[in-house]
Amino acid sequence: MIVNNEKDCILDIRNLHVWYRTYGGFAEVLDGVNLMVKKGEKVGLVGEAGCGKTTTMRSVLRILPENAVVPKGEILFHGQDILKMKSQEINKVRTQGISMIFQEPSAALNPVFTIGTQMFDVIRYSGSGKAKSKDEIKELAVKAIREVYIPDPERILKSYPGQLSGGMKQRVCIAMAIVTDRELLIADEPGTSLDVTIQDQVHRLLRGLVEKKGMSLIMITHSLGVAREMTDRIYVMYAGSIVETAETKVLFKDPMHPYTLGLLESVPRLTGGGMAEGIYGRIPNYLSPPQGCRFHPRCRLAAERCFEEKPPLMDVGEGHYVACFWVQGVI
Amino acid sequence: MNVRVQSKQGVPALSFSARVKSGVKKNWYKFSRNKLSVVGLIIVLLIVGAAVLAPVIAPYPHHAGKFVDYANAGTAPCAKYWFGTDNFGRDIFSRIIFAFRGALYMAVLVLAIAVPVGVFLGLIAGYYQGSFLDTVIMRVTDIFLSVPPLLLALAIAAVLKPNLTNAMIAVTVMWWPWYTRLVYGMATSLRNEYFVKSAELIGAGRLHILFREILPNCLSPIFTKMALDVGWVILIGASLSFVGLGEQPPTPALGQMVSDGTRYMPDLWWMTVFPSLAIAVTILGFNLMGDGIRDMMAKGEYDRE
Amino acid sequence: MNSITAAAEETILRVQNLKTYFPVGKSGGTPLFVKAVDGVNLTVKKGEIMGLVGESGSGKSTLAYTVMGIYSPTEGSIIFKGQDISVPSSRRSLSVKKDLQIVFQDPGSSLNPRQSVRQILELPLRVHRIVDRKNIEEKVVELLRMVELPPHYMYKSPVSMGGGERQMISIARALATNPQFVILDEPTSALDVSIQAKIINMLLKLQEKKELTYLFITHDLSLMRNIATRVTIMYLGKICETAPTEEFFRSPLHPYTRMLLSSIPVVSEEEEELKPKKVVSTGEIPSPVNVPPGCSFHLRCPERREVCMEVDPWMVEAEPGHFVRCHLYS
Repeated sequence: MIVNNEKDCILDIRNLHVWYRTYGGFAEVLDGVNLMVKKGEKVGLVGEAGCGKTTTMRSVLRILPENAVVPKGEILFHGQDILKMKSQEINKVRTQGISMIFQEPSAALNPVFTIGTQMFDVIRYSGSGKAKSKDEIKELAVKAIREVYIPDPERILKSYPGQLSGGMKQRVCIAMAIVTDRELLIADEPGTSLDVTIQDQVHRLLRGLVEKKGMSLIMITHSLGVAREMTDRIYVMYAGSIVETAETKVLFKDPMHPYTLGLLESVPRLTGGGMAEGIYGRIPNYLSPPQGCRFHPRCRLAAERCFEEKPPLMDVGEGHYVACFWVQGVI
Repeated sequence: MNVRVQSKQGVPALSFSARVKSGVKKNWYKFSRNKLSVVGLIIVLLIVGAAVLAPVIAPYPHHAGKFVDYANAGTAPCAKYWFGTDNFGRDIFSRIIFAFRGALYMAVLVLAIAVPVGVFLGLIAGYYQGSFLDTVIMRVTDIFLSVPPLLLALAIAAVLKPNLTNAMIAVTVMWWPWYTRLVYGMATSLRNEYFVKSAELIGAGRLHILFREILPNCLSPIFTKMALDVGWVILIGASLSFVGLGEQPPTPALGQMVSDGTRYMPDLWWMTVFPSLAIAVTILGFNLMGDGIRDMMAKGEYDRE
Repeated sequence: MNSITAAAEETILRVQNLKTYFPVGKSGGTPLFVKAVDGVNLTVKKGEIMGLVGESGSGKSTLAYTVMGIYSPTEGSIIFKGQDISVPSSRRSLSVKKDLQIVFQDPGSSLNPRQSVRQILELPLRVHRIVDRKNIEEKVVELLRMVELPPHYMYKSPVSMGGGERQMISIARALATNPQFVILDEPTSALDVSIQAKIINMLLKLQEKKELTYLFITHDLSLMRNIATRVTIMYLGKICETAPTEEFFRSPLHPYTRMLLSSIPVVSEEEEELKPKKVVSTGEIPSPVNVPPGCSFHLRCPERREVCMEVDPWMVEAEPGHFVRCHLYS
C-alpha cells in the first residue's frame, strides 16, 4: 500500500472498486485503485482505452452512470469520504474543491448558449456561494479568459461555441475550470481531440496555470509522452488497477512493470529504430476478468503465482511502487 | 455449412442452435428491460390470440353476424354478457373479438404493401441524393404527405365502393410515403459511411450496396415504426369504418360499433365505451411493444463480448 | 529499410497540380470554396511507403479520397500506372479498383455493423472473381490467417470485436483483391499504442511479402520516422516539404515542419534532443475557406518576412530529393 503522510494529501483513493451492472452480469471494471494527490502535485493517470481511467475520475466527482456500483473502497478528499457524502457536501466539493476538463470541448460546451452565459453560470454557482454582483462576475470571467491567452475577451464572451475553433473551445473550458479557486483540477485527455501543434499550446497553458495557482492536477491520458511533459508523478493503470507508480523521472529512467515496459516500447520514437512488437492480446473482458494478476494473459513473464494471486502494490524504493511478483522477487 | 467448416478448419464456432439461443436470450433481455414493453407485448399477444381463435374464444360466436335477439337487446354488462349487448341483443364482447380480426387483417395487409414500396423508393432516392430520381420520388412523397392523411383516405374510400378491401387500398396509398421519408433520411447519411464507400471502391454493384450495405442498417427503425403503425392503421381503419367507409354491417368493425353506439348514448353507454376502449388498448399495446422492439434492435453495449 | 532497388524506382502514382475545391455558398456574388487540396504535385514510386503528414484541415485526407475517386478533382490529373484516372470511382474500370485500395481511419464505421466478417471479406472476392465460388470460404480463412486472426472470426460481427481486430479486418478486405497500391488513411490513430505497434508491424510484413506501395496518411511524425521511406508535409491544402525520411528528420527545413516536430510529446531524453528548441507553437490553423494571402503559414511563422505576406512561395529543391516550399530557401 502507498504510505500516506496525511498532512499535504488532498485526494486519497483507497482500494476503489467500481462495477457496472450489465446484461451479462457485473462488469468488474475497477479492481482496487490506489491513488494519492498531494498539494500542488501534478499527477498523471496513464493507461490504454478501457483501462478504467475515466471511471476512476468519474467516481471522484460522483458522476458515474446509473448502472455503476461501488462495492468497496473509499475516496478521501481532505480526509472525508466522497462516496459517503450527502448531496449537499458533494456539491460543495464540486463547486469549491475539484473542477474538471473533458476530452471533447465541443461536447462540454452547450452550443445554444454564449460562452458568456455559460461562464457566468459557472462563476455564480461556484466558490463559497456568496452572492456576487453582475460586474464582479463579468470581471472574473474576463480575467480568466485573459489568463488562457485569448485576445479580446469581450468578443469571446458574446460568441457561441460553434464560432470558435477546437483549440479555442478547450481554452475556454480551461478558463471555466480555473475561474474560481479550486484545489484540484482533473483534466481528462484535454489535448487528445486537438491537433499536435494546438495540443502542445493547450498543454503548456494548462501546466503554467496550474503551477501559477498552486493547484493540484490529475492528468488523464493514454500517452506516456504527454504524461512525461506534464506531470511530477505517474500512475500506470491496467485493467482497473494501478500496476506501477513513480515520480515521472524515475518511471522513465527505470520502468519495471512488464506492462509499463511494453507500453513504453510500443511508442514509436522520433529517433527511429523501427517498430516494437507491441503487447500481445487485448484488454480483458470485465465480465470475467482473469484471475490473479489481470495482466497475466498478456505477460511474457507470467508464472504460476500470477495466475492465482493478485500482486499488491509494493514499494521498491524512492516512492516507486510496482504490482508485480517478478519485480518484488517473490515468484 | 457450419458443420463443414468445423470439420475442415477446426473452427470452434458455436452450433447454430446455441447461437440462436444466446441471440434470443440477449434480445429478450434488451426487450424486457423496460417492463412496459412486456405489458405491451402481452396486450398484443392477447389481441392477436383473440382474433385468431375468435370462433373458439367468443362466448357467442354467432352474434358476430346477422343475429337478432330483441329479448336481450340493450342488456347492461353482467356475468352473461361481460360488455353488455347492443340494440339487436348481440354480445358486444364477442363482436369486439371478431372485429379484431378485420382490424389486424387490414393492418397486416396495409403494411405488407406500403412498407416494401416505401422502403424501396426511399432507398433509391436516398442513395442517389441530388439526382433527378431523388427529386421526382421525394416531391411525389411530399405531395402525399402534405394532404391530411385521414382526408386522403376518406376521399379515396369515398370514390371507391365502401368495403374493407377499398378501405385498405385507401390506407395503403396514404401510408407508404412515411416509410419513404424515414428510409430516405437514413440512406442519405448511410451513403457517406465508410463501409458504403469501401463497397463502392471495391466495385460492388448497386443492388449489393442498396440491399446488403444500406438496407440492413435501416431495418431497426423500420421494424419499430411498423410495430407502432399497426396501432395507427387500426385507428385509421376504425375512423374510416366510423364514418361507414369500412367493413359493412352486420360484420363487426370497431369504428362502426362505436358509431352505432353513439346513437344510444348515454343509455346504452357500453355500446360505445367498450369498443372505444378496445381501440385505445390496442394502440397502447402496439406502441409499448414498439418501444421494446426499438430497445431490442438498438446496437449497443450489450452486443460487445 | 530504405533500400530501393532499381526496378522499384518506377513511378506508380503521379499527382499533377491537383486541386479539389468544395463550394460553400457565396459571399457578395463571388462563390466561396474550401480549397481542401490546392495545387499538389506528388510522386509515389513503386515499393515505397510515402508518409503524408498534416493536421486537420491540411487536406491530406481529401487528397487521398480524390486519388481514390471518392471526390472528383476540380483541376489537375492523377496518373496511376501510366493511366489517367482523374475521374470519380464510378467511372473507373474494375482493374483500377482492384489495384488501388484504401484502409479508412475509423474501424468503427468502415465495417458494416450488420454484416458478419465473412460477408465483409467475401465481397471483394466475389466482385473481382479472385477465387472460384466454391473456394471462397477457404480464401476468407486464408485472409484471416494473413492478418493473424483465427478462422472462427468469420462468424463474428464487427460490433463484437475490439478496435484493433476491426482494423485488421479492414486491412484484410483491402488486400483481398491483391492490390498494388494501398492508401492507409490514419489506420492506427484511433487505436492504443500497443495495438498500433502490432498493426504497423503487420502492414510492414505484408508490404514486403506482397510488394505493395503504401501512401500512409497520418498526423504522427514519430510513427513516420520509423516506417516511411519518404515524408511529405501538408499545410492548408499545399505541400510544404518533402524529403527522404533520414534526410527529413536530420535537417527539417520548413518552419512549419520544425513547429510540428517541436510539439510532439516524446518519451526519452534522446528524442528531446532532436526536437527543434527555439520553435514554440503559436497561433491557430486558419479555416481553409479563408486562406491567408501569400504563404498560408505566414500568420504562425516565427521567421516571417515581408515577402511572405504577399507572395506564395514555390517548391525548390534545397538538397537532392529534399523539396521545400518556403521563401527562406528560394
